[in-house]
Formats: sequence, C-alpha cells, structure tokens
Amino acid sequence: MLNMTALALAKAIRAKKLSVTEAVAEYIKQIEQTNPHLNTFLTVSKDTALARAQTIQAQIAAGEITSPLAGVPIALKDNISTLGIRTTCAAKMLENYVPVYNATVVDRLEQAGMIVIGKLNMDEFAMGGSSETGAYGTVRNPWDTERVAGGSSGGSAAAVAAGEVPLALGSDTGGSIRQPCAFCGVTGIKPTYGAVSRYGLVAYASSLDQVGSIGRTIDDCAAVLSLIAGPDDNDSTCVISKTFTFDTPLLERLAGFRIGLPRNYFAGGINADVAQAVLAAAKELAAAGAQVEEFDMPLMDYMVPAYYIIACAEASSNLSRYDGLKYGYRSPAAETLAEVYRLSRSEGFGLEVKRRIMLGSFVLSSGYYDAYYKKALQTRTLIKQAYDRLFERFDMILSPVAPTTAYKLGENVDDPLKMYMGDIYTVSVNLAGLPAVALPCGFDRQNLPIGFQLIGAAFSESKLVSAARTYQHRTSFHLQQPGGAWV
Amino acid sequence: MGYPEYQVIIGLEIHAELATESKVFCSCPTTFGAAPNTQVCPICLALPGALPVLNEKAVELAVKAGLALGCEIPPFSRFDRKHYFYPDLPKAFQTSQLDHPLCRSGIVEFRVDDQTYQVRINRVHLEEEAGKSVHSGERLQGSHYSLMDLNRGGLPLIEIVTEPDLRSGEQAKAFLERLRTILRYIEVSDCKMQEGSLRCDANVNLSINDNGKNVRTSIVEIKNLNSFRAVERAINYEAQRQYEDYLDGNMSLNAGKITAGWSDAEGRTYVQRQKEQADDYFYFPDPDLVPIEISAEQVESWRSQLPELPAEREARFVTQYGLSAYDAGVLTAAKGIADFYETVVENFDGDPKIVANWVMGEVLRMLKDAGDEAEQALAEAPLKPHMLAELLQLLQSGAINGNQAKEVFAEMWTSGKDAAVVVKERGFEQISDTAAIAELVNAVIAANPKVIADIQGGKTSAMGFLVGQVMKKTAGKANPKLVNQLIREQLNIT
Repeated sequence: MLNMTALALAKAIRAKKLSVTEAVAEYIKQIEQTNPHLNTFLTVSKDTALARAQTIQAQIAAGEITSPLAGVPIALKDNISTLGIRTTCAAKMLENYVPVYNATVVDRLEQAGMIVIGKLNMDEFAMGGSSETGAYGTVRNPWDTERVAGGSSGGSAAAVAAGEVPLALGSDTGGSIRQPCAFCGVTGIKPTYGAVSRYGLVAYASSLDQVGSIGRTIDDCAAVLSLIAGPDDNDSTCVISKTFTFDTPLLERLAGFRIGLPRNYFAGGINADVAQAVLAAAKELAAAGAQVEEFDMPLMDYMVPAYYIIACAEASSNLSRYDGLKYGYRSPAAETLAEVYRLSRSEGFGLEVKRRIMLGSFVLSSGYYDAYYKKALQTRTLIKQAYDRLFERFDMILSPVAPTTAYKLGENVDDPLKMYMGDIYTVSVNLAGLPAVALPCGFDRQNLPIGFQLIGAAFSESKLVSAARTYQHRTSFHLQQPGGAWV
Repeated sequence: MGYPEYQVIIGLEIHAELATESKVFCSCPTTFGAAPNTQVCPICLALPGALPVLNEKAVELAVKAGLALGCEIPPFSRFDRKHYFYPDLPKAFQTSQLDHPLCRSGIVEFRVDDQTYQVRINRVHLEEEAGKSVHSGERLQGSHYSLMDLNRGGLPLIEIVTEPDLRSGEQAKAFLERLRTILRYIEVSDCKMQEGSLRCDANVNLSINDNGKNVRTSIVEIKNLNSFRAVERAINYEAQRQYEDYLDGNMSLNAGKITAGWSDAEGRTYVQRQKEQADDYFYFPDPDLVPIEISAEQVESWRSQLPELPAEREARFVTQYGLSAYDAGVLTAAKGIADFYETVVENFDGDPKIVANWVMGEVLRMLKDAGDEAEQALAEAPLKPHMLAELLQLLQSGAINGNQAKEVFAEMWTSGKDAAVVVKERGFEQISDTAAIAELVNAVIAANPKVIADIQGGKTSAMGFLVGQVMKKTAGKANPKLVNQLIREQLNIT
C-alpha cells in the first residue's frame, strides 16, 4: 500500500478495497518505524487522524464526499497553522504554540476528506536550504541518512520519499519545495504567487511565500493543488478567481510546446552529473515533440542578492511579533520589558533566523533603505520583466533546481554564502511570482536523486502539469524508492 | 532695550477613530466598552500566519474626511509597516501609511472671535489603533504589572497632520473644534475625547527676532493631549516656557524634536526625551496588503454623499434665517443641533430668530452637562423639535407668557408631554376670549368711578389698578395684553 500513489489509494478506498482507517493506521505505523531515523515528523496526530478516518469513511460511504483524494492521509509542513495541533515552525520560539485556527489550505483539504496525520520538520521558520536550522534536529535524507534532505520543506520531501505519507504540503519562498524535492527524488509544485491562500501559513517573506504540494507523481501533486487553490477572502494577495483542474488527457506528444533552456545555468558552479541529467530531461521532452531552444538568462548575478535582501527585510518585520509576551518562548531570566524582548528573542531564535532578522533590519534602516531594499525591488522588477519577455518566446523554461545533489549533514551549515548560492536556480521564480514544478530526472554517481524544474508564466500551472505528466509517463525516475538501514 | 519679539509656531497631529462597525484589517466589532479581550481574533492578536484584509468602509470614511478638509485624493495609495516594540502592538509593527497617504494638501478655515484663519492640511492617512494598556502604576516603567486590552487594537484611525500654520493655543483650540465639527457632520468619527476617539499631539516652537536675527527654538512635541482645553493650555504654557528659557539662555535651538508630556493637574509640560536622531521605524510597504487604487469617479461619488458642511450651513443660516454670524456659528457647531433648529423653524409660524434664542438658550442649557454626548442627549430627549415649535406657537399667540413657556419647556424636556397638555395641567391657559374679558372690564369700570375720573383727568398710571382688578377676578388667567387693550378702548385712551 505504501507504494501506491495518492490517487490510486483514494480509488482503492472508494472501491472499498481498503478502509480509510487501514490506510491511516498503515502510514502511522510506517512513521513510527522510520521517523526515529529520518526525523521528518515533529508531531504525529495519531488519535485525531484515526478518529477522523472513521468519520470520513462514513461520509465517503454516504456519498457526502466525492473528492478524488477523500480518505487519503496528508502531512503538513509545520509552518501551516492547524487548529488544536501544535505548530512550531521547527522553532524553540513556538515550542508549545497550539493554534486556535486552521490555515485556509487545511480547511480546504479537510473539506475534501483528506486526513492530516502530522506536522513535518523544516528549517526554523522556513529559513534555510538543508532542514538543519530547526530547533528539533536535522531531517535526514532517505537516500542517504548522512545527507541533508534539502530545505526548507525537507521534512515534507523526505516523508514522501520514505513512504511515510503519500502527500505533503510544503511552502516555497526561494525554492523551499523544489530543492528538497530534487534532493529526495520526489515531485513538487510551487504555484503562482496568489494562486493559493497564505492565510495560516506562518509568514517568512510575505511577498514570496507560497504553499504547494509534494508527492510521488505530478498527478498526485496536481490533485492536491486543485483542492487548495482559489481565491480566499482572508488573503488580499489571493483574490484572482483562478482554480485549477488538471483532468486533461495525457499528451503523448508535446507538439507546439516551446521550451527555453538557459545556457548559462549550465556553466560555472553546477555539478557535472546534475547538468547532464537535467540536459537529458530536456532531450526527453524534445523527443516527446517539444521545441527546445537555448537562451541566456539575464540578471543571473543579481537574483540571489535581490532575493536575500527582500526576503530578509520581510522576515525581520514578520518575525517581530515573536516578542515573548503573547505566546511562544519567554526567557525565564527576563525581569524588565526590555529584557523580555531582548532575552526571549536572543534565546528563542536560532542562528540562521537571527542572521536574517539582522540582515533585514539593516537593509530597512534609514540611510540604507535606498542603497539596498529599494535597489532590490528595482532588480525584482527587472527580473519580472525579463521573464515576461521570455514567456513571449517560450511556454516554459527548463532548468536545474540546485547546482548539486544532497550534501553531507553539516557541510554547509557554517557557510551561509555557499548555502545561499545553492538557491541560484530557484529564487528568481519567487521574485517573479511564477509557478514551477520540480521533477526527478536521474541519479548522480552516488545514487543521489537529481531534479529539474519547469517554470511557467503566471497561472500556467495546467500547461506545466501537462508537460510534467508526459515526462513522467516516459520516464521512471519518480518511481524509484530509496532503501537503506532505516527501511 | 526691550524683550525680543517672537511668534509661536504650532502644527498639530490629530488621531480620530473612524466610525466603522468592524476593525480596519479584520471583522471584529468596534463597540466601545466591551469586556477586555472579547473583541479579538487571530488577525488583531497577531497570531502566526494571520493576514490583514482591508475594511473598505474605513477607506471610504478616511477619503470623506479628506474631502471635507479640502484635500486631494491621489489615485494610488498604499500601506507601510511602522515597526516598534510595545506590548499594546501585538505585531510589533503598526500598519500605517508613509509615502502614499489617502489624502493630501487640504485647507480648513476657522474663526477666533471675528477673525478668520486658515490651516493647511499636509495629509490624512489611514492606520490601525493600538491596544489599551492598564498599568498597575502610573506608567509601564515602574509598574509591577501591566494588563493589555486588545479590543481597541486594530480599530481604524485617521491621522490628520497640519502644516505649522497655527500661532496660539486659542487658535489651536478653535481649529480643533472646527475639525471635530466637520468630522462629526460627515459622520466619519464621533470624536469623543474622553473615550480617546480623538487625540491630539502638538508641535510647538518659537521664531524669535533677536536684534534683527531670526532664531528658532527646537520643536517640542507635546503628546496625548486629551481635551481641547488641555491643547490650549499646554501650547500656551510651552510657548511661554520656551521664551523664558530662551531669555535665560537655557533653550535648545534647531535641535532634533523633543518629546514632552502634559500634566493637566499641574498645568505644565514635562520634557521626556530629546531625540538624538529621528526614530528609525524600519518602514517598508506592507506586502500583505495590495495597493489602494481609487478612481476619480469613486472620489466624486463619495464627495456627492457628503452632507452640507458646517461652514456652508453657517452661511446659509445667516442669509436664510437672518441670524447673526455668531448665532449661526453656535447653532451649526453640531449637526444634531442645527438639524433640530431647522426642524423647529419648519414647524413654527414665526420669526426664526425666536427659535434661535430658544435653542441657544433653553435647549443648550439642558445639554450643557452632556459634553461630547450633547447631540445624542438631544436626539434622545423626550422633547422633539415639532413640540418645541408648538410651544413657541402658544407663546407667540399670547396664550401663555414667557415665564410660563420656560416652565412648560422644562416639563416637556423630561416628560415628553405636548405643550398644550402641560399648559392645561398647570392651568396656564390664558383667557383670551374678548367677550368674556370685556364683560369683566365693564364690571370693574362700573365699580371704580373715582379711578376712572383720575385716569380721564390724565393720571394714566392708575390704569394698572384696573388691569390688576380684572386679573384678580380671573385668578391671573386673563391675557394681560388683551385686558389692557379693552380697558383703553372702553375709556377711549389711545
């Protein structure tokens, strides 16, 4: 059962070959066995999930829920607010924080009969690219537990790869869905900014954050996206009346698909195995009938700096609410109000979070705003315009997700610049608010997964999913499963 | 050698709570006085993941305020985050507006005595209110504990910033009164200073001509003045203090802003801190809120919904009702009172000036303890305007006299009974039946031949005796004017 896709599992449940309770129990059993090795789950909501399984089973039987994923378990990155279930953002700051409300995406999943079985580990407040910055330990990569799972949605990608859950939600601010998907050999969708409500997603960088789905196949991910996407009265930036349906037939041929391949992405710091696998993916799509054409991606040197200035600026603002007063960690040593602020924040935040708060405060401070923040916004506009021009020529852009495969635990954690450069292929997508899918496309010589991404114009998810589906129909990288001592 | 001449330079920053039913970025109710922390939600509590959604009614009211203050409404506006840590601000930033306020460049006219002045309005912007702190001590510092009520947090506020065009405490007070009148007329804010829905900070400094050299003292910002009287007193105190300190060589010049508090009890300001540099609030555009775009058609539609503004109404009262500028000013100072006045006039067949005297005299006397609640007290009073018109009609017809009318009015104010009913109950109804009075007059004349002879001999002062006799026979109910007239007719006196 753990090898089934989510859609197949839902079908088996509808066909009464399997009960919802059996499905939930089986996955929880797997989590209990493998989580000690992988550290993917921060909270397993076993009792509520099992109780809900019975309710959902009854509703499915009564024909009250007909969604294509009814009865399927799902786990959520721990920065998505869940009513009554601890939501920590992998931060000491929120160790005992239990939300009183559900994120919009959680309500929508539950309305569709999906069952939340737990909350997934991540980088603290989604800041990081290796899921090593969290306060509750590092997520380990199921393909090699001495290696990182990527981040910040490392728990989400690793849990899906390890078969602990058929589907997960992650969030992507600068690549945080796509990069761990690439590192763990699973599939993910980072939707267009504004396609999915952020209400209840604990903010890292508000103008970049977006919730998306992680699964074994593009069809599973698309099925989740069609449940969670659509306008939300509680999110002013999610108002465009755009819902997705992906039930178009499989395209045997990608005739008329124009795919751009950024030549300069394959020069310089990219690992040779990664470059080769991604170029092979381009060939595969060409073989399927797509028209692949090389071009030079402009502004490449400015993407990471612009991203870190904007993301850190917004983070410094968004995280100022953690003041030790209302909820979350309060330093026991604090005696005055000033000490409550200073000590609670000094002790409650981890190093990477503090680094970004300080960077963000610096670029927003008067006297530096124009030199950094304003320049970064101008750069962002240029990047958007560059993409707009590219999408006049291409339907989508095919690119690597990360310059390397999963690296060893601790290898980059003390070198933030090296870590930040790992985001070179992903951050511009967030700066421009575009959708992208990340798909497995091979393995390096150490048998670590390699991923590539397809980037489309705003709200072109359907087209991206069509291309991805054709690719997965022609290849089997996404069906490979990790093995190891933890299995 | 005389003292150097100086001019006081004053600019005001006024915060007014908007009269919306829900908060500015969430749907919590705005009712005043609810139990602490009962009107809160994930958004105004700043729970992780919650997002603001702009209340469009707040934008409408803020723009209407700007229009009534003569402002321009730019087509593009947006919110910025203003960061500072304080327990009453749960997000640790206030969502406000920095570079793109909703309204800019207005002008307001006001009067002190007979002199008209103008104040330029720099901007009107929309922002959110902070929560309310209750400290165990005087202030946060030194308190054992502080309690926070976030019911108020997230109420919509407008901040109105004037140019430094005011020159005295009296002017500042008169301007504020005019401003309050305008905001209440357009029903944008109830402007209750006691409840804190209108607050004022005053920036005060001096321009001194010292032997031909112009010198400026540093600007002192007096915070949280919570009555018009306090604004006036604080400014006048502060101006005098700066002048004296300048003469003593103790006043800082051209330095950064100095923050001061005002003690109403002691009647003095306290300098709290001198800012070495401007506070850094790490302002940046709020990414959770989309920019506000307001079309010219929308602005015109809102403008057309504005009622007649106090200045226009005042002018109309002078021309239409023949009132003095002063009376028109008093009657139009509150919309509810002006409305009341006009309804009485509509229902009264007589001189509108009589109505003005009654409203300004008897009616305002009844409201003088109501303060900010005067309009509400008038609206809730059992006496309705058409009833006052009936009373004045009785007075004008001579059915009752002036003193009786005042007594009847007082009764009507509390009981809500009709004038005619009260007049009857109190037995005030005058006998104005000519035939009945003529009979009594004839009887009195017949019974007093000596007095008649005196009168006809030229001693007209004896008339009063005859009138008194008639009044006595009617127990004071005869219409004295009529009695007088009939006696004169009978005796052929003109």
